[in-house]
Amino acid sequence: MKDQLKTDFEKIIKISDFSKKDIEYKKDHLNKFIKSGFPNKKQENWKFLDLNQIIQKNIGELSFYNDYSITNKVDTSIFIDGLEHNKIIFINGRIEKIDFGYEDKNQIEIYDDIKMADKLDNENSLIDLNNAFRNKCYKILVKKGYVTKKPLIVYHLTNEKMKSKSINLRLDFELEQNSSLKLVDFFNDTADKNFMNMFCNFELRKDSILKNYKIDKSLNKNLKYSFNNINQDKNSISEIFIFSAGSDYLKNDINCNLNGEYSSAFINGIFSLKEGQQHEIRSKINHLVKNTKSYQLIKSVLGKNSKAAYQGRIYVDSKAQKTDGYQLSKAILLDETSEFNAKPELEIYADDVKCSHGSASGSLNENSIFYLMSRGLNYKQSKELLINGFMLDVVEKITDTEIKNLIKNMIGLKE
Amino acid sequence: MDKREKDIENLKDYKYGFTTDIENIRAPKGLNEEVIKFISNIKKEPKWMLDFRLKAFERFKLLKEPNWQKPKYPKIDYQDLYYYSAPKSMKDKPKSLDELDPKLLETYKKLGIPLQEQARLNGIAVDAVFDSVSVATTFKGELTKHGIIFCSMSEAIQKHPDLVKKYLGTVIPITDHFFATLNSAVFTDGSFVYIPEGVKCPMELSTYFRINASETGQFERTLIIADKGSYVSYLEGCTAPMRDENQLHAANVELIALDDAEIKYSTVQNWYPGDENGKGGIYNFVTKRGLCKGKNSKISWTQVETGSAITWKYPSCILKGDNSIGEFYSIAITNNHQKADTGTKMIHLGKNTKSKIISKGISAGFSDMTYRGLVDINSKAKNSSNYTQCDSLLMGNKCGAHTVPYIRNKNFDSNIAHEATTSKISEEQLHYCQQRGLNPEEAVGLIVNGFCKEVLQQLPMEFAVEAQKLVGISLEGSVG
Repeated sequence: MKDQLKTDFEKIIKISDFSKKDIEYKKDHLNKFIKSGFPNKKQENWKFLDLNQIIQKNIGELSFYNDYSITNKVDTSIFIDGLEHNKIIFINGRIEKIDFGYEDKNQIEIYDDIKMADKLDNENSLIDLNNAFRNKCYKILVKKGYVTKKPLIVYHLTNEKMKSKSINLRLDFELEQNSSLKLVDFFNDTADKNFMNMFCNFELRKDSILKNYKIDKSLNKNLKYSFNNINQDKNSISEIFIFSAGSDYLKNDINCNLNGEYSSAFINGIFSLKEGQQHEIRSKINHLVKNTKSYQLIKSVLGKNSKAAYQGRIYVDSKAQKTDGYQLSKAILLDETSEFNAKPELEIYADDVKCSHGSASGSLNENSIFYLMSRGLNYKQSKELLINGFMLDVVEKITDTEIKNLIKNMIGLKE
Repeated sequence: MDKREKDIENLKDYKYGFTTDIENIRAPKGLNEEVIKFISNIKKEPKWMLDFRLKAFERFKLLKEPNWQKPKYPKIDYQDLYYYSAPKSMKDKPKSLDELDPKLLETYKKLGIPLQEQARLNGIAVDAVFDSVSVATTFKGELTKHGIIFCSMSEAIQKHPDLVKKYLGTVIPITDHFFATLNSAVFTDGSFVYIPEGVKCPMELSTYFRINASETGQFERTLIIADKGSYVSYLEGCTAPMRDENQLHAANVELIALDDAEIKYSTVQNWYPGDENGKGGIYNFVTKRGLCKGKNSKISWTQVETGSAITWKYPSCILKGDNSIGEFYSIAITNNHQKADTGTKMIHLGKNTKSKIISKGISAGFSDMTYRGLVDINSKAKNSSNYTQCDSLLMGNKCGAHTVPYIRNKNFDSNIAHEATTSKISEEQLHYCQQRGLNPEEAVGLIVNGFCKEVLQQLPMEFAVEAQKLVGISLEGSVG
């Protein structure tokens, strides 16, 4: 893999117009990645699902070369109907279109030449990979006091050209004081067997609100890793909803720093896995100052041969008194071959806190099925009804009604 | 200084901090094949035992010291330890208690457990371990009547080699982790218990441990076998004299429960925790594992951990037999600079297996406490269930409380429930108690005892009283 990485890297440098400084930066990260390689189960964060093995098994030899100079045709048929929205379209990791048609032009700024300086002192080799191979990195700034009128949908698309490739992309967002953004990440793939590595960085200034909905619904054979880093100032709110169902492998990794008082973070997620899928959510919420709050709810429905993992971690600094932290994960195992792993972790250094977590897993309650069947439903219907009710709980946590309804329609949940 | 202040002053200092002067026989310093042969030789062990040790040592050389745990400690130089030391009077084994070294008996008296008296009054057979060799085993007669074997490990190797050979290392194999393998290579002594088929042990079996000679790692090896349909309750209590240098304690405890058997293992651990500044104290790196080998068997661990500079142990249950039950009740208290990383592993292999984990952690001062647990339900463990509850109580904002549970469910028929909370003693509770005439220390003691009640209830009577006192002493000076 080492030679492959190096030759692919050289090829990309040749056809791109990166500055000398950028190339140096990329090279450093490339070397760091070569040293550590893809993460494996020896690392605590990858204990349950070993990415290195999964790549070996599902893809085999990965190619890191991407020609970002060729434009791709945008297929408008996959756009989400029934909801007016702004768009950012990624095809094969290349930004094809940024369209903020519904917003005031001077309230949103888009930069494409942000400085490639990560303060992130990371041990995550995938971020190094991302830094080394991603194309341009865009930053979207929502100005002070501006509330976006329509949600922004980021389409992550692939087409047939891609096969056994590593796709790296990055987006940065900054929400200035008292601003608000609704962001939907929507995945749709026509290509198979690629590894997508996404990195989003969010800066939430005072009083700002971010709502991020990640929807991975359509079945595909790609492997995906998504890392969100969120920094929150005073009184800011972040809300993340994850619907994790489509890809063969998907790991949502969220690191959230609550730097300002009265800031709060919400993470809600659903795993709905079918044959052979392996998904994971890992969250780390750092309560660093007083009076911060976090809430996490993860529910999983696991089919044949599927495997889900939830690693949630609440860290409470000794300064962070009056922290309120909550985690709950529930899983329904539908088949004897399904597997659920959880590691809900608390790390607490302050005494005046309210932190708790709960985790439960098991099969569908036979009594409930019996109850429904005695009222005329057949076995399949009863099962579906129970599972839908189970998942609905999480969807109901979405605070934006428009998007809540959209998601309900998408995953076929009725009230 | 009025009386109360004086009392507190006395309690602050380690109650059991004293050393007895007894000349020791020591193995040469360091760890090598010669030392292992020396230990084996001095204990007159048969060849298979020596082979067992040497095989473990071969394996040990390949292993690396783990470092994933939360409490970090200065590097231990394993070549700088003595692996064997015994009170000199052991050369000629005493036949009865009266023949014991009077100084030794005095030590136990200071601990509040006069051997003869306790044996007679409490109906407890005491297998006292002084440093590394069993000194006296009482109540043999009563036990022999039932066919129960309760003796030191070295004696068992001599007298019951078949049993030892059959079961030793079956739960904790010599290929296990670093400290367990080290123990397999150099273990000195410990207790051996065998309860024959259908026998309900008429009394609580108990061992008091003491670590004495400085720079001596103590490597206990305990093996308890409960044959079909039998029952045994085993108590282990630990106190250690004050020492400045850190002492390593890496014991192995193996429990085996056959069909319909039940083993209850209770521990009160109060080793020297180091002084207020975190200097000194025992490293308690113990491997405890129980195997529910037969159908309908049950193993229950209860522990009260108040001592040691670093406690690092996970008493575990392997639920292999169908319908077997594993239980784990724990109170861990850390104060000053103590650190604890403790919890349990419940590995469900058989059908209809059940496990229950209740863990209560209390941290005060500058201490750090981690609950780390694993619940693993295998795909064949149909209809099994687990319930876990781990609560932490924090006193002050210089200490830490952490919960790291691992939950793996590979069986759709099984249920796992896990709950954890972290909180502090609320002002209202304190106010309420003080209003009714308790001083703050007493109020905290009362609330903490209430917090721990679920676990304290599991202890046998004699222990429960001692444990309750310990909880109080351990938290002395942490309020206000």
